[in-house]
Amino acid sequence: MTTIAPEEAAQEAAFDATVAAEERIEPRDWMPEAYRSTLVRQIAQHAHSEIIGMQPEANWITRAPSLRRKAILMAKVQDEAGHGLYLYSAAETLGTSRDELLDKLHTGRQKYSSIFNYPTLTWADVGAIGWLVDGAAITNQVPLCRCSYGPYARAMVRICKEESFHQRQGYELLLTLSRGTDAQHAMAQDAVNRWWWPSLMMFGPPDDESSHSAQSMAWKIKRHSNDELRQRFVDICVPQAEALGLTLPDPDLVWNEDRGHHDFGSIDWTEFREVLKGNGPCNEQRINRRRRAHEEGAWVREAAAAHAAKHGKAGR
Amino acid sequence: MTTTPRPAESRASGAPAEAADARPTDWPLWEVFVRSRRGLSHTHAGSLHAPDAEMALRNARDLYTRRSEGVSLWVVPSAQITASSPDEKDAFFEPAGDKPYRHPTFYEIPEGVHHL
Repeated sequence: MTTIAPEEAAQEAAFDATVAAEERIEPRDWMPEAYRSTLVRQIAQHAHSEIIGMQPEANWITRAPSLRRKAILMAKVQDEAGHGLYLYSAAETLGTSRDELLDKLHTGRQKYSSIFNYPTLTWADVGAIGWLVDGAAITNQVPLCRCSYGPYARAMVRICKEESFHQRQGYELLLTLSRGTDAQHAMAQDAVNRWWWPSLMMFGPPDDESSHSAQSMAWKIKRHSNDELRQRFVDICVPQAEALGLTLPDPDLVWNEDRGHHDFGSIDWTEFREVLKGNGPCNEQRINRRRRAHEEGAWVREAAAAHAAKHGKAGR
Repeated sequence: MTTTPRPAESRASGAPAEAADARPTDWPLWEVFVRSRRGLSHTHAGSLHAPDAEMALRNARDLYTRRSEGVSLWVVPSAQITASSPDEKDAFFEPAGDKPYRHPTFYEIPEGVHHL
């Protein structure tokens, strides 16, 4: 260990005291470099997930079965774009830039949630994503509204308010299918079968294998462990699945009276790691499409910048 | 007091100011203020990038009022905001610290005296 300069020790003590007092750290406060880099990594990954997450659902906009469903789906995909923008802004308060973040996404140096590397094969997948994927996201995100970093917490408050519509529209969509024809019911069940396990993986590796968890909890970036949130999600979903008239694809899923929780089967972490490594069904497609959209939009950004320069209304 | 590229929400002093000015396509940052309804003041909602004020307003509408959250919007170039720095927090806000007599609770009023 190198000796810490006295003023840095005082700054660190002030930082620790602010976090311990449940006050928020704000952008211009002194913060440990590791706290800053942990937040940049987490918020960037979160932002990237929002905008990559637009793709699997946008896949179904043109084929939505009614105008009502189409309008809902467009609003939801637009929300995901908005959530990405809130989060990129929050990340930028830590001293990174929008271009840098997008560049890191496009070159694979920052990740996005591996859930979006699964394909949306049928219309029912739109419902399963809303119910399960957004449901898991909400379970993860509600505690983040109390994250120790102010701009991230504020972005999460806004996002959580909007996410509940996402989850409910998905649930309603699945319910409609489940109560429809046999083929529609089967389609809903098939979607739930495919999305259940990847949704459980969204909470991240088990606590004893999660490399960042302990420090993030100490910094109050994270409030609950991965396994704790995963358990909470399973317990929430079981009665919701029953009300849908659908089953969850886990023969080991059973109520445990002693624990007061549902026991559930073991997760295939090999699959999780493979998808994370880039070997999921859609990794390449998602990132290529994202890159292409960015490149093909370059002329719009350039034209807008040129227009602003010509008319002298630029912000700086 | 200092002006920084992002005073309201910028990183700690000493950060490289050029970070945000890297490329021409990286549009300037704007702070967005929303009046949620008549009778209330505009409050800070967040920030966004836009090439000019007009686009900043349009983007702000799409980003911060998708659910009728506002009846009026302000956009301000982030670089135009001057902020007090947290480093000088104590000294800067100190003058108010020892003046409890500015609060009504400082004064003792006998029981039974009303409307005061």
